[in-house]
Amino acid sequence: MLWEVDIYPAPGRPDVVAEQVRHDGLDLGIQGGWQVAAGRGYLVEGDFTHAQMQRLAEELFADPVVERFVIGQVGDSSLLEPPSPDMEPVYVLPKPGVMDPVAMSAAAAIEDFGWHARAVRTFRKYWFVGLSPSDLRRICQKILANDAIEQVIFGALPFRTLEQGRPYEFRLITVPLRDMDDQALLRLSREGQLFLSLVEMRAIREFYRSLGRDPTDVELETLAQTWSEHCSHKTLTGQISYRDEQRQIQFQNMLKETIFAATHEIRRRLGDRDWCVSVFEDNAGIVKFDEDYHVVFKVETHNHPSALEPYGGANTGIGGVIRDPMGTGLGAKPICNTDVFCFAPPDISHDELPPGVLHPRRVMKGVVAGVRDYGNRMGIPTVNGAVYFDRRYLGNPLVYCGNVGLLPRDKAHKAAQPGDLIVLVGGRTGRDGIHGATFSSAELTTESETLSGGAVQIGNAITEKMLLDVLLVARDRALYHAVTDCGAGGLSSAVGEMGRAIGAEVDLERVPLKYEGLSYAEIWISEAQERMVLAVPEDKWPELKELFASEGVEATAIGRFVPTGRLVLRYQGHQVADLSMEFLHRGRPAVVREAVYQPAPSVPMVLPPESEVDWTADLLAILSSLNVCSKEWIIRQYDHEVQGGSAVKPLVGRWNDGPSDAAVLRPVLSSYRGLVIACGMNPKYGDHDTYWMAAAAIDEAVRNCVAVGADPSRIAILDNFCWGNTDRPEVLGSLVRAALACHDVAVALGTPFISGKDSLNNEFRLKETETIAIPPSLLISALGQVDDVRRCVTMDLKQPGNAIYIVGITADELGGSHWAEIHGLSGGTVPRWNGERARRVFEAMHRAITSGCVRACHDLSEGGLAVAVAEMAFAGEFGAEIDLDAVPCAGSDLGPVARLFSESNSRFLCEVPVNQVSAFEAIFAGLPVAQLGTVMERPSLVIRWRGQTLIDTPLDKLKRAWKEPLAW
Amino acid sequence: MAKPRVLVLRAPGTNCDIETAYAFEQAGAVAERLHIARLLDRPALLRDFQIFCVPGGFSYGDDVAAGRILALQIRHHLLPAIQEFHEQDRLILGICNGFQVLLKAGIILPPDADGKPVATLTWNDTARYEDRWVYLSVVSDRCVFLRGIRELQLPVAHAEGKFVVRNADWLERLAHRGHVALCYQMPDESGRTSAQAGTSQPWQTAVPYPWNPNGSMGNVAGVCDATGRIFGLMPHPERFIDVTHHPRWTREERYEPPHGLLIFRNAVSYFE
Repeated sequence: MLWEVDIYPAPGRPDVVAEQVRHDGLDLGIQGGWQVAAGRGYLVEGDFTHAQMQRLAEELFADPVVERFVIGQVGDSSLLEPPSPDMEPVYVLPKPGVMDPVAMSAAAAIEDFGWHARAVRTFRKYWFVGLSPSDLRRICQKILANDAIEQVIFGALPFRTLEQGRPYEFRLITVPLRDMDDQALLRLSREGQLFLSLVEMRAIREFYRSLGRDPTDVELETLAQTWSEHCSHKTLTGQISYRDEQRQIQFQNMLKETIFAATHEIRRRLGDRDWCVSVFEDNAGIVKFDEDYHVVFKVETHNHPSALEPYGGANTGIGGVIRDPMGTGLGAKPICNTDVFCFAPPDISHDELPPGVLHPRRVMKGVVAGVRDYGNRMGIPTVNGAVYFDRRYLGNPLVYCGNVGLLPRDKAHKAAQPGDLIVLVGGRTGRDGIHGATFSSAELTTESETLSGGAVQIGNAITEKMLLDVLLVARDRALYHAVTDCGAGGLSSAVGEMGRAIGAEVDLERVPLKYEGLSYAEIWISEAQERMVLAVPEDKWPELKELFASEGVEATAIGRFVPTGRLVLRYQGHQVADLSMEFLHRGRPAVVREAVYQPAPSVPMVLPPESEVDWTADLLAILSSLNVCSKEWIIRQYDHEVQGGSAVKPLVGRWNDGPSDAAVLRPVLSSYRGLVIACGMNPKYGDHDTYWMAAAAIDEAVRNCVAVGADPSRIAILDNFCWGNTDRPEVLGSLVRAALACHDVAVALGTPFISGKDSLNNEFRLKETETIAIPPSLLISALGQVDDVRRCVTMDLKQPGNAIYIVGITADELGGSHWAEIHGLSGGTVPRWNGERARRVFEAMHRAITSGCVRACHDLSEGGLAVAVAEMAFAGEFGAEIDLDAVPCAGSDLGPVARLFSESNSRFLCEVPVNQVSAFEAIFAGLPVAQLGTVMERPSLVIRWRGQTLIDTPLDKLKRAWKEPLAW
Repeated sequence: MAKPRVLVLRAPGTNCDIETAYAFEQAGAVAERLHIARLLDRPALLRDFQIFCVPGGFSYGDDVAAGRILALQIRHHLLPAIQEFHEQDRLILGICNGFQVLLKAGIILPPDADGKPVATLTWNDTARYEDRWVYLSVVSDRCVFLRGIRELQLPVAHAEGKFVVRNADWLERLAHRGHVALCYQMPDESGRTSAQAGTSQPWQTAVPYPWNPNGSMGNVAGVCDATGRIFGLMPHPERFIDVTHHPRWTREERYEPPHGLLIFRNAVSYFE
């Protein structure tokens, strides 16, 4: 019997969902007197009486205070009774096989009644009247459902049973690779979604020719995953021949010779004072924190899945990166999340969207909800982030998710041992996420949605939370030798990687499945979420199994690490794969890639005459530009205080709504030692020169940390490169150039890179000949430390009468600035970077904050001095009066436009109490610093230049401009 | 006097258990985090404790509705043990998700004459999760956890915290019976204190968003049972037990003692 329970708002209660649908429909331009009602419900398959369903509806499914419900068996007319006359129903259901966590929980709750449901599925039910069929279809497509994971049913449900999957019958599949010519190899690579190059396919063919047999399907899949860009990072760790206007470099391993080399150099210089523990080795970078703990940090991207299904993509993006610290060393406890997004502007019209592309507003809402629902449920505060808008992210939004973990010092290293059991823990394996690793390494096309829908997944945060809780107990009882997460590549990558130096045997039929019907190959490559792999010594296995069972988490021994150097897979006793670890991990042929960089020709920016500049209007326009404006709508949807260590929140100031430079938290509740989390990124500079773009991103991330009080000699950074198609030499060239800057800047500041990740081929192919490539997008994430969070400062002005100082040099660097953007001006010079000055400014700033002579500190970034002082003033709700004449400049003839809006690096604004002025100035002796003005009671921003008042504007006007654009 | 023992309940998806246990310990208690499976195996374990706390989080993912599934488990298996616990003059506290659980399990407010629940916690008017600090004034002088407190600043962080009664009469009735313990308030102009702290009937004048963050009827943020020994609230007291927890500690006079700690101290001192 298939029962249906429909739940609606009780009479007199608002139908919030329907109102939203109507609002979004009007937004789509669907006018007229159409009406909509909305409900949600459950399909429950099992032998229930009507009375039992009635009780389930009353006690489990519906809230009798605010909801009403309708129950019936599918097919009953009562279920098709419209809530108001002539309305027609539309059901939206997850497609069979798509994760439905609420249904899983509901099924378990029904068991608690002492009853059993064979299957449960959730749905949403809408009723419409007054829409044309085409408008109805449009609403379904654009608002109600996502084809990638959901099905839409008009009218009565056409089935009487929920699909459960069918039994799988074993059949060994081999691929006749040895006889294939080049064309056949390429076709196999593309159509089999292996996404390997011809050279790689040929290497595999030669390998099997030498073995005298053809590969099995699962061997081929394993090779494709291990060799995928996503898993092996073969482009950036490969050989590259680079050439730009100054130099030619032959890299054997580009990342190793730039970014890793910088860290190596810094650690060597530090000698005994080295505070890095493990860099670029484990799932996350590890650095020292205090006497008991290290901290670990990892940032990942989940771009392609988020483009197709924003909610699920971002959901599993954050879920995945949380498992990185959990799988670092013997398992770190996740303590905070970060998220950075890049979208096309949300005001783009629907008509401008290429086919296969979701509207950026929908992408943004979905991505934010995805991060929110997973991060909040995990009980991990999301404390730092940023959002960048550019039209080139239209088909290819970027979703960077990061996680910081706390790791006991004696748990930093792991090693699986021969003889250890391979134990799979956490969620069950389904057909979800098949081909995620290889798909994420390919270009998106208008057809990606149909081709790769299986790569899209929905996460279940509670499964992961349960796994986390019990994993940390097992860790502290030393019940396993090694742990890693099942990320991209699933078991294939987790077991292959962990057993790389040993060898492994796996019996695939032991893997617990969500439903029947998976082939051995699907089991092996599934990227189903919330799973991790442990190496468990035989004598600890009973205790571990019992511990996991006691918290309701599945743990299954699926094989063993054996000292054979081979990866052997079996299914019901049949051998289905036998690969040498050597070929798997070292057999990929090296390719020399060409990279060239030609800096954009230097063109001066032509400024309008000063008399024509409307200073106030410009400031308001920048404050309300999407990149600068308040992100409060996003920030407040994240729990940023759970775990109880919040010390500086992402929003600060008199009404808790000013933009903090960085978040500070105390990971150990009994201590005041703090962590500082910040980021830096500016894709706009990359259009000028990716070297200076990278330098500016690092400077921004570090100065954000320093601005709240972090010690600049203890900041670790991470790189995340998201780039276009690096098969094109000029695209790869722009990336190598950024990596060279990363090296130089890190070494100059003594700021080590400890981890990183890249995502290439971020291009959207419209037609055979036309692609949209994203701008070079390098995110720098920073993890700083403070000895005592009670010394931290925030950016809001605190006290009328205090002095306002600027620190650092302002130069004519308006290229790529927000001021240039609002005026549509190109050319100019992007901010340059002076390592010696940056290092000395950061050190002095830290001394000033630690000595207590700074009441407020804010970094100067997008929008320059004008935006920084405006933000400080409206956050603190005290006025500021400053004079531009005093700004220390590179060249005394710098005009007021550059003084106000230039985005030169390594600058801060500080509020200093009058009685601290001499102490403050003494700390900055020999460095560029000047008092610009004072904090005042009157709530206005006043900016003067050569005796003239350029701006005198009330703070509430500035604040409104800044707060409104994204106050959804 | 021995320190009171606190059972901090842990279920799949509970996520404020560690800091809540820590807050109780800072207040002078001994806290133990216990998995729901252990308690279901042996409900008599409750007898070893003086305080039973259901902390914040997303029990069972808040799937179906916030707190619903854990509330059902408690109703199906633990009601007699909890009733015995309560009758022995012990304390029960539900924070955020714990409040949702206790309310939906029927533990805080008695049902109406037909046995139907009179109040629930449902979706915020904004229809989304929000984390923000609020101003609160204490209404009931009965609630053990709020003794001697007039006003509080604490953070809320939830999606389903809107307090709704079956019909408007019930609000008045609950208030007159002393069940309404804590209400959202507007701040005064300085932003440092509630505008109407000490107002005698703060459930009567609607406080606008964002000060009433979820649209709760009667501005209700917390309720207690007839004895004042069972208390549920949406705000998170465990998130304000140190001066640096407050969002404006870098600019205003420091709030000492931190407001959240007062609630835990009240619970502990009940047993002194």
